[in-house]
Formats: sequence, C-alpha cells, structure tokens
Amino acid sequence: MGFPHKSHPKETPVLSTHFGDPEARSLSGWRARGGYRALEQALGMSPADIVNVVKDSGLRGRGGAGFPTGLKWSFMKPGDGKPHYLCCNADESEPGTFKDREIMRWTPHALIEGCAIASYAIGAETCYIYIRGEFTEPLRTVGAALDEAYRDGILGKSAMGTGKRIDLYIHKGAGAYICGEETALMNSIEGRRGNPRIKPPFPAVAGVFGQPTTINNVETLAAVPHILTNGAEWYKKMSSSSPKSTGTKLFSVCGNIARPGNYEVVMGFPFREFLHDMCGGARPGHTLKAVIPGGSSVPIQTMPEAEATLMDYEGFVANGSMLGSGGVIVFDDSVCMVRMIARLARFYAHESCAQCTQCREGTAWVTKIMERIERGGGTMHDLDTLLELSENMTGKTICVLSDSCAAPVVSGIQKFRHEFEAHITGKRCPMRSAAAA
Amino acid sequence: MGAVHAESHAGHGGAGHPHREEYRPVFTGAVRAELDSVMTRYPTKMAALLPALWMVQRERGWVSEDAMTEVAQVLDLTPAYVKGVVTFYTMYHQHPVGRYFIQVCTTSPCGACGAEDVVRAFLEHTGTRELGVTSPDGKFTVIEVECLGACGFATPVMVNDEFHESVTPDRVADILSKLE
Repeated sequence: MGFPHKSHPKETPVLSTHFGDPEARSLSGWRARGGYRALEQALGMSPADIVNVVKDSGLRGRGGAGFPTGLKWSFMKPGDGKPHYLCCNADESEPGTFKDREIMRWTPHALIEGCAIASYAIGAETCYIYIRGEFTEPLRTVGAALDEAYRDGILGKSAMGTGKRIDLYIHKGAGAYICGEETALMNSIEGRRGNPRIKPPFPAVAGVFGQPTTINNVETLAAVPHILTNGAEWYKKMSSSSPKSTGTKLFSVCGNIARPGNYEVVMGFPFREFLHDMCGGARPGHTLKAVIPGGSSVPIQTMPEAEATLMDYEGFVANGSMLGSGGVIVFDDSVCMVRMIARLARFYAHESCAQCTQCREGTAWVTKIMERIERGGGTMHDLDTLLELSENMTGKTICVLSDSCAAPVVSGIQKFRHEFEAHITGKRCPMRSAAAA
Repeated sequence: MGAVHAESHAGHGGAGHPHREEYRPVFTGAVRAELDSVMTRYPTKMAALLPALWMVQRERGWVSEDAMTEVAQVLDLTPAYVKGVVTFYTMYHQHPVGRYFIQVCTTSPCGACGAEDVVRAFLEHTGTRELGVTSPDGKFTVIEVECLGACGFATPVMVNDEFHESVTPDRVADILSKLE
C-alpha cells in the first residue's frame, strides 16, 4: 500500500499489506495474520524443493541487480562440509530508496521468516542481518522481533523444534553507503573497512569469513514466505508484461510528487499511470520534468521515456534506464537538474571507499566540475571532460559505485544538455535567478 | 568537528601526565559480559569490532584513541588496525560532539524538497552557526548527512537516535524545545 497513504485500488499489496499496522509487529499479531506458517511448511520440505519453488516463481533480487534468487541459492552446494552463511542486506542507502525500512519497521517477522526459510534452504545455520546504523527504528523493531522469535523457539538450536539450528543476528552498520555492496558488507561483518572485494571468488564460493555465502536483499527475502504459501504459479502470474519479471515490487517514490510513499504494484505496471494517478502526479502549479526510477545510480529518464515505460526489469532498460532498487526520484520544473546531479556526484564522492583510482579521483573530479558549472563558472569544454571522465569511470573498477556516479552525469548531459548550457552561457544558475527575482 | 575537546584525550596511558584524566576502561563488568556474548555470534574475534566500537560510543559518547587501544587489546588487534576501521565509518565520532547530535539529510531527493532550508534553521536555532561545530554550551552539533533512507519523508532528521520525518524549517524550533 502507498504508505503513508491509503492503499490505491490498483496496487497489489503483498509485502506492504500490513504497513502502518502496529499490531503486525508483534509475534502474536504476526501469527494472527498468517505468519510463520510458511516457515513451518518449509521446515517440512527438503532444501532442494524450496530452492526449486523459488526458482520456478521467477523471483529476482530486489536490491538492484535483479539476479534470479533461486538460481543464486542453488549455487550453495549441500554437503560440502563447510559452514554456510546467509547475509541479509538491510543496508538500504541508495538515495531514493526507503522500502526495506518500511518492511523492517512494520513487518519485522516477515523478514525473519524469510531469512529463516532461506537459511534452511541454503544449509546455513547462521544469518547476519546487516542493518545500516542510521536505521534506529528498524534496528529496534527487528531486534525486538528477533527476541520474540528466539523466546518462542522459532529460532535457535532447534528451530521450531525440528533439531535444525537457525541463528539470526543483527549486525549494525556504522555509516557507509558502500557497505550495501555485497562484498563490502561481508568485510564489514568481519570487522574490516567496507572495501568491496574483487570477484571472483563469488560469495557462494568464498563469502563472509571465506565460507560459502548467499546474500539477499530485505524485500527479496520478505517475498519468500508468500511464495511458499501461495505457490510459484501464483507469484508468476503477477506480471503484466515480461515473463522474466514476476511478482510484485515495492516502489519508493520521493522528490517533487504529490503523494510520496511506498507503492506495491505487479511487475509491468504502466509507469505513466503510476506517476500521474497512483502517486498523484505533479504538485499543483508544477509539471514533472525528470525521473530517476531505480535509485540514484541508474540513468535519468525524461518524462516521455518514463511515460512509455512498463515497470519491470526489461521495461526500464527499454526506456533508457534500469529498475534498480525501485527508488523513484521525481523532479519537477522547480528543480535545477545541474544542481541535483552535482549533489548526487558529491554523494558518490563522499561515499567512495577510495580503493580504485578511477572512482576515488573520478567522483571527486566530477563533483568539482559539476559544482563549478552549477555556480556559473563552467565552460562548454567541461561537458566533454565530464563525458570523458565518466567513460573512464564506467566498467573499470572493483564495484559499481564509480559507474553509479557516472550514470546520472552522462544521462543528465545527454537528456538535459540545455540546462547545462544555460548555466555556462548565462554564467549563473537560471533557476536560482528566477527564484531570487 | 568539535576539535576544541579533542587534544586532551590524545596519547596513551596516564603515567607522567599529571594533568591528564586516567583512562577508564569501557570493557569491564556488564559491558565486558555484553561483548563476550556478542563474540559468540561470530567465528572470529575481529568480527566483534563494529559492535565493540558501538558499545564504546554508547558508554563514552565518542571513540577516543585510548578507547581504540582498549578495543584492540580486547580483540587481539593492533590500535592502528582499529583506527583504520574507525576512520572508515562516518558514524563513529572521533571527537566529542554535542549532547544532541543532529544529522540533516541533504542528498538530492531531500535537496529537491528544501533540505537546505532545514539545515539553515537548525544552525540558526541551535546557535551552532557552522556545520560540525558544537554550540558553546556543549548541547548541539549539527551536520549534513548523506541519504538517511527516508526520502519519501523529506526532510528526515536524526537527533541522536531519534528519527524525525518530514521536517520543515517551521518545525525546527519545536523539535529543539523538547530537548533538555
């Protein structure tokens, strides 16, 4: 549902059904809403059967990369004699994205149930839920829910009395966007600086503590109990376009929009209707100008591109962007695109872990040039320099933070070049002068 | 960043520095027991580093070099290693900060919704005037922070562990008036 707003009739609430309902937070409240039946069911199945159901459902990672979840789980080899680990990525820090926060603060047991099922399916006895340090409320609610689950015997040495050990622990982050990158997250759990690791080896071979590890996003794991309860076919049917994108997806909507919030729709929902109807469209007296549909790391869409998009993995790519994390950032005509992109560049410069030269130097350099243009001190040559820099920052580093900084810059120059040129030729921000007048 | 307070806490040990306060270890009694319990969650001692640093900050308000040395001893690490980790993460305070540490999100989605005006209001009403500077009475420190993950509730503000959503400049005085 469009929390904090009422559910829109065209939404399909699955994960968000109980957002805003404080009673769903407690174990008794969760049980009353059907909770932990899926885990009970799962513990009676073979791990391989669970993996197959998730494979068949078509569920793909909701953190940004969209990797098929069941396939990822199948990389964990049973009986290899090594300890297996599950990591839940709750380091939600991608600008524009705030869906995992709502899952954790309203339905913490949904996440715990998903983590427990996944742990069992991949043969992991230990799962770390890595929650960013700034998420004080989710840390409290998930912490309290874990205590309840342990007290009730759902977790621990003998999960639900089955003799299977499933331990879930919260690992609290300490302020670092990059720790949302899977291998940086693992380093951070190990007590290291959050530098991403070179891959291969991939986590399924050598992840946290050098052992086979699966890492999934909060939203991905929270979907698993529903898939087990209702079946793969049910999940697969929730798609109105591509067979490669199934189920529902939470979209966080923010920026210059009438009703910001979290909306849950089936994959393939028309983005035009989503923006203008479900989210209420532009604020009175304004028109929408641009959308960053998948968190700040994906290319910016013009309104014609956005309005032609069907909201799934393929649909966003076909229209100049990516689904990413589903963090929809909307800009209207009150906003200077150059200023917004400069601020995003500053974000990436601040968050670069600085181990790769292209990223460490590139993000800082891009920020410097973007801020110079925004102040009115840029030249036309700067635009070429930015594009050249971005080229050198893309596909050349250990992780994609560098690429993520380049994406809004390149798409911004391509699609909103006139705003850049207006700053350069007018030697000031035209929006600021308009505001001052 | 509150640098005025930092100098008196630098260095190691107390002997030979008569004006210096004796370092009080953090990991004794119940806090030590808490850390021991946390260590059982991980296969290595090192993995308890982030939790241990959080405990230091909870007990002392910030993470001094002496505390880093203590953490290093407790977890069989070197002080230099611990400092390397502390300096990577933005939430560990390497200097004392105001009793109320105020973080205002100014990343683009909030920036598009007027976050800069919220920052200005906090600087004005707290009397800190500059980002990262602690007010003369030691009560407030205001910083800009990168994405707090609550973009639909622009502008989110954290006051210590309390999260305030949808803060506008006109709400700032009210938020501050509730702080002792």
